[in-house]
Amino acid sequence: MSDLTNLTIAAARDGLKTKSFSASELTEAHIAAVEKARALNAYVLETPDHARQRARESDARIASGDAGPLEGIPIGVKDLFCTKDVRTTACSKILGNFVPTYESTVTSQLWRDGAVMLGKTNNDEFAMGSSNETSALGAVISPWRRKGSNTPLVPGGSSGGSAAAVAARLCLAATGTDTGGSIRQPAAFTGIVGIKPTYGRCSRWGIVAFASSLDQAGPFTRTVRDNAILLRSMAGHDPKDTTSADLPVPDYEAAVGKSVKGMRIGIPKEYRIDGMPSEIEKLWEQGAAWLKNAGAEMVEISLPHTKYALPAYYIVAPAEASSNLARYDGVRYGLREQGRDIVGMYEATRAAGFGAEVRRRVMIGTYVLSAGYYDAYYLRAQKVRTLIKKDFEDVFAAGVDAILTPATPSAAFGVGEKGGADPIEMYLNDVFTVTVNMAGLPGISVPAGLSSEGLPLGLQLIGRPFDEATLFSLGAVIEQAAGTYPVEAWW
Amino acid sequence: MAAPAKNPNLIRGVTGDWEVVIGMEVHAQVTSESKLFSGASTAFGGEPNSHVSLVDAAMPGMLPVINEECVRQAIRTGLGLKAVINNRSVFDRKNYFYPDLPQGYQISQYKSPIVGEGVVGVDLPDGSSINVGIERVHLEQDAGKSIHDQHPTLSLVDLNRSGVALMEIVSKPDIRSSEQAKAYVSKLRSILRYLGTCDGDMEKGNLRADVNVSVRRPGEPYGTRCEIKNVNSIRFIGQAIEYEARRQIEIIEDGGTIDQETRLFDPNKGETRSMRSKEEAHDYRYFPDPDLLPLEFDDAYVDALRANLPELPDEKKDRFIASYGLPPYDAGVLIAEKETADYFEAVAKGRDAKSAANWVINELAGRLNKEGRDIGASPVSAAQLGTILDLISEKTISGKIAKDLFEIVWAEGGDPRGIVEARGMKQVTDTGAIEKVVDEIVAANPDKVADAKTNPKAIGWFVGQVMKSSGGKANPQAVNEILKAKLGL
Repeated sequence: MSDLTNLTIAAARDGLKTKSFSASELTEAHIAAVEKARALNAYVLETPDHARQRARESDARIASGDAGPLEGIPIGVKDLFCTKDVRTTACSKILGNFVPTYESTVTSQLWRDGAVMLGKTNNDEFAMGSSNETSALGAVISPWRRKGSNTPLVPGGSSGGSAAAVAARLCLAATGTDTGGSIRQPAAFTGIVGIKPTYGRCSRWGIVAFASSLDQAGPFTRTVRDNAILLRSMAGHDPKDTTSADLPVPDYEAAVGKSVKGMRIGIPKEYRIDGMPSEIEKLWEQGAAWLKNAGAEMVEISLPHTKYALPAYYIVAPAEASSNLARYDGVRYGLREQGRDIVGMYEATRAAGFGAEVRRRVMIGTYVLSAGYYDAYYLRAQKVRTLIKKDFEDVFAAGVDAILTPATPSAAFGVGEKGGADPIEMYLNDVFTVTVNMAGLPGISVPAGLSSEGLPLGLQLIGRPFDEATLFSLGAVIEQAAGTYPVEAWW
Repeated sequence: MAAPAKNPNLIRGVTGDWEVVIGMEVHAQVTSESKLFSGASTAFGGEPNSHVSLVDAAMPGMLPVINEECVRQAIRTGLGLKAVINNRSVFDRKNYFYPDLPQGYQISQYKSPIVGEGVVGVDLPDGSSINVGIERVHLEQDAGKSIHDQHPTLSLVDLNRSGVALMEIVSKPDIRSSEQAKAYVSKLRSILRYLGTCDGDMEKGNLRADVNVSVRRPGEPYGTRCEIKNVNSIRFIGQAIEYEARRQIEIIEDGGTIDQETRLFDPNKGETRSMRSKEEAHDYRYFPDPDLLPLEFDDAYVDALRANLPELPDEKKDRFIASYGLPPYDAGVLIAEKETADYFEAVAKGRDAKSAANWVINELAGRLNKEGRDIGASPVSAAQLGTILDLISEKTISGKIAKDLFEIVWAEGGDPRGIVEARGMKQVTDTGAIEKVVDEIVAANPDKVADAKTNPKAIGWFVGQVMKSSGGKANPQAVNEILKAKLGL
């Protein structure tokens, strides 16, 4: 039955419909795969009993003809999504063994449509990181290895567990969140597809907040079509999140395979950064050539404020995080360390509960919002953000349908290799992705080739607000030309 | 050179006169079923932590959603304060750690409040009036309550209030005495209660004031102010200002300077004391709340609310003066509480407004005050009081009997007309019956009769005797006329 884990969602959907196998069989195959792959540390909580129960319910619905669009599809859920009665930690010590009494809107929509949860996947603590190494529950080991090397590699972050689980066939799909690249970068590192939808496309309700104006949920899958299928279930207006958009959700799957003929694709010159590896440059050119072959027109564009995006992001995101994380104070839930008085309790709890990267960002955020520094940092960063947004608006107004860029400046790196001495080294991973969050636009990462070391590389497509459909059409073209990149199991 | 006119608001110090300058931040709990950003109930007095939603407890991943009724209430309040309504306002986070602040920040409005500048006209006890400028009104969340006396080593937290909507109404520093401050808060409370946007219940903490006090020599720039936090009665506001102004004057006259600080008023000792200095002040790190979009509405939205505003105290007072011919003072007393004004209008309908006003202000309000009751709980209804007035104007009873009747209705209830009938309280207007009594008294008191011939004022004695013997029921006018005739005056 192990070949069931190789299926795409689309193929699994067909197989379940034709009763080639049952949802229970599909789930069992994945439970077995998850158990076998514990060396990857992709899951921080396995919920096999829950999954089996859900799969049985799916089988009953399939039998009675009440199957939902994701009926019986086993998925992983990033531990940032609150799941009712299932431990949710954001991979931080400070949440301890927190068990929500509520279900996030995005996951409740997935369950509504019949999906089966296999467990909670690992992530950087509070989604702060680009390598999944800041998780309080341990780093994730990428299923990928460099040619001829056993060096453990990072899967990227912050949704590293979800990306590794999908790539290693430990689920058919997984949810992620993306604040500065946390879906697209790990998707690129693990050779799978990940989309960060337009800000407001998916409800943030019930997702542990990192930076509220940037956070957005999205799916990881092994194909573009699967991505389109999953996003349709995850997206939609939620009255409980006033920043969610009250817009209809299109049938994204219909966009897969649609012609891209005549589309104008922008190639932003500012993304040709100094020191960019030539293989990344080549990949980018290759992507442009594929799209051109499919009938799209390539146009060089300028996004002049790109270079300010990363520094501005590392002001806005920590500022919001410093406030969002104030609720973890030891008073109502999660970890509490004793102190001589209330302030002592706060200090001891937060010192013990937050890891180094989270503490760093809370301090940066507190600093940039402080009286006397607010104008110089936070306010200026917001102005930069407005300019970045305008750069994109101008380009789209000039008739560009989407923008093609590399997803990351390099392939995956080794565990412990980056950021030890200088956190900026790690932050630079997000250089191509943060602009998209700053502008609130949709961005998809699609695997496009392998590095000289045999590691996956991705291309990013950036779309107009709420035009994820075009990204799926274009992504499918790249996917078709580049092929998919299944990883060989060594674990 | 003529001496300057004496300003009654000045405070005399050892070295000369001082002027106190006061500005106020009044926190008014918005009348609404549910909280500002959650569906939890705002009901007072529930079991601790029984009105707490996931949002109020700041559980992970929870998001605020604005309660539109609170927005409407803030706009209504702005309109009632003749203020600018800002069609676009922004919610900010005010960050600080406290156990009864679950989010670690209060959602408030910092740079862009929903209501801008306005004005409140305030009548003072001496008959004069002042205008107090409104700087702004903004919406914000209330915090929960820390309870320190239930456990020997632990503090407990009740989050029922956490997230309840407050309006912070900020005045300009236009107030110059404790009397003015008290009158301002009374008037503000009256406007809010008329609007139905805050019940003004200070005992429950639904209306409380931060009072900013400074002193200066008349004509000089503002002095350094101290802020007295959370004063929760109008009387205490007056006491706190009096104490604080004196304290500051003494310090300056002794050669000291005022430190800008936050102080607390201790009602038991009648004094203010330091809570924290400027150096200890929090850096709240305000920034726009990214969970909430800017609050936007169009003019039509405001106009619709404006069109449905109730008559407010100022308008009602003007109308009472114009339509009922009441003196401004009486009109002012009647309109202070909407229930009193409504009661008065029910009594005055189709009756003499001035006597209706007199009865409501003197008899009714006096009696209610004595027993500490609200007019809503008056044992004498407007209909009953109206009937009593009818009985007077019909000359069925005298004014004096009417007071007895009022007492009976107060204590026992019932239809005043029926009571008069049943208890034989009717005024005697039958001249034959009165004449008979007059004749008896005249016959029995020849010396008094003689006295009355030379001293017409002595007729009063005869009137008294007649009234006494009729049990107060004789029509006083008829008694007078008959006496004058019989005595040949």
